[in-house]
Amino acid sequence: MTELLLDGLSWLLLIGGLLFFVAGSIGLLRFPDTVSRLHALTKADTLGLGLVIAGLSLRADSLWEVGQMVLIWLLLLASSATACQLLARQAGEEPRDD
Amino acid sequence: MSSSLFWMIIGATLWLLGLHGLLTLRQALRRIIAFNLMGSGVFLVMIALAARSQPSDPLLIALVVTGLVVAVSATALALRLAGVAQGPEHPTGQQEPRQ
Amino acid sequence: MTEWLFDGVLGLLLLGLAFGALHGRNLYTSVLLFIAFGLALALVWARLGAADLALAEAAIGAGLTGVLLFTALARQPGPADLPDATRTRLRLGAAAVVLPMLILLVQGLAPLSEIEPRMPALITRHLDETGVSHPVTAVLLNYRAWDTLLELAVLLLALLGARQLGPRPLDLAEPWPLLRAWARVLAPLLVLAAGYILWRGASAPGGAFQAGALLASGVVLLRLSGLVPRLRWSFAPLRLLVLGGLLVFIGVALMTAWLGEGWLTYPRGAAKLLIVLIESVATLSIAASLSLLVVGEGEDVSS
Repeated sequence: MTELLLDGLSWLLLIGGLLFFVAGSIGLLRFPDTVSRLHALTKADTLGLGLVIAGLSLRADSLWEVGQMVLIWLLLLASSATACQLLARQAGEEPRDD
Repeated sequence: MSSSLFWMIIGATLWLLGLHGLLTLRQALRRIIAFNLMGSGVFLVMIALAARSQPSDPLLIALVVTGLVVAVSATALALRLAGVAQGPEHPTGQQEPRQ
Repeated sequence: MTEWLFDGVLGLLLLGLAFGALHGRNLYTSVLLFIAFGLALALVWARLGAADLALAEAAIGAGLTGVLLFTALARQPGPADLPDATRTRLRLGAAAVVLPMLILLVQGLAPLSEIEPRMPALITRHLDETGVSHPVTAVLLNYRAWDTLLELAVLLLALLGARQLGPRPLDLAEPWPLLRAWARVLAPLLVLAAGYILWRGASAPGGAFQAGALLASGVVLLRLSGLVPRLRWSFAPLRLLVLGGLLVFIGVALMTAWLGEGWLTYPRGAAKLLIVLIESVATLSIAASLSLLVVGEGEDVSS
């Protein structure tokens, strides 16, 4: 019974994560300028990855794997936030229209 | 159609995309990208051949790792040569890309 | 069924990115799509079971090649976004040449997919005598050690060729504080990751090339954030590092030829030690060569 519950919860989290990724990608394609695209992409992708990792940790074999995945998520959090700020700053200094 | 054949076809298509680009594009940077794509196509065909066995054939993987490093060195040299071939910037700032 | 869906989507993504990289609106778009193509290709390698190659492609093919292309792009005189106006007839003509080649290639490749490869069995049969337990590392540094030696020589040749072309100053803008702080955080992580991948290459995917590429990306990041002075080709320790890998490898080859059983035939029991020695020096050598190729500047640059 708990197996089924864990499996179902894991699927729910994975699908939720995927939905966030799709939302971020749609934002990338549809938003008008760089800054709003960065906003959509960074927020949605990071949250989506967090949900995917949560879903995967329910299926993991050991706590060690969960710890590794959480560390990867933290590194991604830091690096995407930094990249977002740097890109936004560059977009602010050199406005280019496409 | 097995998975291996599918990836070989993708690899061949990639190679031909690169070849088409090499024949039609004129800017140096794009031609270098096209050349790189041809290299990646060959690598994909080789790894598709490696994927015929489980686990993948280590010999082909090792050959492609070697090939990847050689490809990046060649790209670096090609980009330097392309930069030199452009020549120094014309004083007025406008310049015709050399053929 | 889901495997086919995944493979199909990945393959189409790859071709789409390749097409965009070639025929993008301007050079900037082309380079960006090419970097994305490199990352998608790394996914494909992982899908096909070549984890070593996925690591190398992500580090070298996407990362370092991306920096190379951007520095070349920055040096383009005049507007870099002039579209490449090729006559439609030329494009159609080239397509007419290329499409029959596709059919010929597929006809040639199709029978190959049926043949069972015999190499993997041969490789695993003697794996415990090679000194490492990961087959790809065994192939790279034992079965086909000559290929790796010559590859180091090719890297050196590319570096010498680039050096012939004279000085190449990098005009870096004043780096932003966030970039400098982030480089300070990432560089030690990259060094740690490189050391780990080098060590694990003996028993799991990894090895000298991936580790060297990670170190090189660390150096490139530090240089681009202004935390490391100019990399001159005349800097003696750097030259020593570049030559070190090749020299150690050739030294081992000579010793096995004179005192041992043959060129690069490792004596029993000493294989692991020799491989560790060669790999460690080769990692530093590859890192130095790749960083010089990407962000190196000539000797005549006034400091």
